[in-house]
Amino acid sequence: MSGSRSSSWTIKVREKAIEALPPEKLLPDGQPTYVASWIYMFGVASIAALVVIITSGTILALKGPAWWHYTGIGHFFNSIHMWAVELFFFVMVVHLWGKYWMSAWRGGRARVWITGAITFLVAVPTALTGYVSQQNFDAQWISTQAKDGLNSVGVGAFFNVTNFGQMYSYHVLLLPIAVVALVSAHVLLVRRHGVVPPIELGKR
Amino acid sequence: MLRGKDDTKPWAGAYQPYDLVKEACIAIGVMALLAIVLTVLFSSPDDKPSTVAQWSRQLPVDFVKTAATELDGTSGTATYGPPYNHNGEGQHAAFIYLQKWLGVSHPINTAADYVIGPLETVPNDPALRSALAEYKAAPEKTQKAWGEAYAKPLEEDAEAEEEGKPLPKTVTVDATTGMVSVQASGTGPVPTMMTSLLSLARSGGLDGSLLTSKQFFQTDYTKPLLFMADGGLLDKRAEEQHLGGDEWGMMNETGSYPGQAWLWLYAFWYQIEPFKSSENADVLVMLIMGVLSLAFISVPFIPGVRDLPRKIPIYKLIWREHYRAMSPRSSA
Repeated sequence: MSGSRSSSWTIKVREKAIEALPPEKLLPDGQPTYVASWIYMFGVASIAALVVIITSGTILALKGPAWWHYTGIGHFFNSIHMWAVELFFFVMVVHLWGKYWMSAWRGGRARVWITGAITFLVAVPTALTGYVSQQNFDAQWISTQAKDGLNSVGVGAFFNVTNFGQMYSYHVLLLPIAVVALVSAHVLLVRRHGVVPPIELGKR
Repeated sequence: MLRGKDDTKPWAGAYQPYDLVKEACIAIGVMALLAIVLTVLFSSPDDKPSTVAQWSRQLPVDFVKTAATELDGTSGTATYGPPYNHNGEGQHAAFIYLQKWLGVSHPINTAADYVIGPLETVPNDPALRSALAEYKAAPEKTQKAWGEAYAKPLEEDAEAEEEGKPLPKTVTVDATTGMVSVQASGTGPVPTMMTSLLSLARSGGLDGSLLTSKQFFQTDYTKPLLFMADGGLLDKRAEEQHLGGDEWGMMNETGSYPGQAWLWLYAFWYQIEPFKSSENADVLVMLIMGVLSLAFISVPFIPGVRDLPRKIPIYKLIWREHYRAMSPRSSA
């Protein structure tokens, strides 16, 4: 019995996960007293905006890509989706700048910065695939403009912005999965390492 | 590299009560409310897409000129190179030919796909059948000569219009039918083909023809979009909405909406020399952005960049309450 327990992959994964992130660390009910600035709000605001994006995007996906063009309620949810994206990028950029000026990669937190930076970079094509999937003049113009940059580095050979079907698949499934996975990794790393302490004065 | 300068110790000071789940719920509520308020105030843009039929009706001369260049192989798409054809090498930076190396993945033969193929679907038109048979039977050199002879007056007309000069009388448009007449000699069957193509486009038939492939369902708009991008209608609409490449291009969207403001740095390079006038601007800008993206990810490891926050003490502002609480005067 003990032999089979010690060789159990499930037990090993569980023990590693609990060791890395015990429940009180994963969902803490207290935080260091230095976490006392409005700049800290932009991290959670980024996640909140992402939740609004995914919720409104799910409603749009349930009704199909053309729904929002011919119904008022569809256009309403499309507008929420678009403004949530604008808010997401705005709060994420403020969050990134805040973390830069806090040198938030200190104390073994480089992976926290890296996952955050990659999230921003992956969010850009996620938004672009949305813009070229709109089935309106913006989609026509943006796709015919964007193709040249992507083609020039060979990306256009397998990522065709003028192919609505491919772009829609990327936009509603593949890239959102990547963004959510990266945000999840980012948040788990923050919970594991804790919020970066202030730079000690006189030790610049 | 990082650890040498990193003297950050785990926090051993006081903690304050914190409700993570409550904070997340409030944040979601606030962001949802903000999105709804912005929606109610500003809605979102949805300008109808252009069609080939609209293009042929609104700009018939431009349509015929573009179709002629597709036929004689001189259009933007015909000479593009990979991933659409082998008629060009594409862009490169020094010895890096990524566009060429990745090859042709979406083959487009502009003469066959945009002109001859759609015309072959037109039924009951003996004159067109005969013209197509004559064109296809002719040697490539003759086909090219016919195409160039037909395209020349159209190009002169377009140049005169662009320069604001009086338009030559070799190209006329019938105000009633919207059909285009081109006076030129040595054009073979091309005028008959172009007249039929314009009629097909005006009826909306060409929109359907350009989407037709081996299967019933269609989701790939590459062919019609590239055809329209070779012409002037998309450009005209974009210029009217200030969406041109020299006005920060695809970063914007129709109306006064913020668009993809996060692409500002990408669009920025196109506004300055040497990129502005470079034939390889796209690949150069993409490579620069690739390097900058790698640098962005690697900020914690780049000397100078990672040290700047300590030299410009914005952190003192962020943690001002902490420093105040930790100061000896406060402790006393």
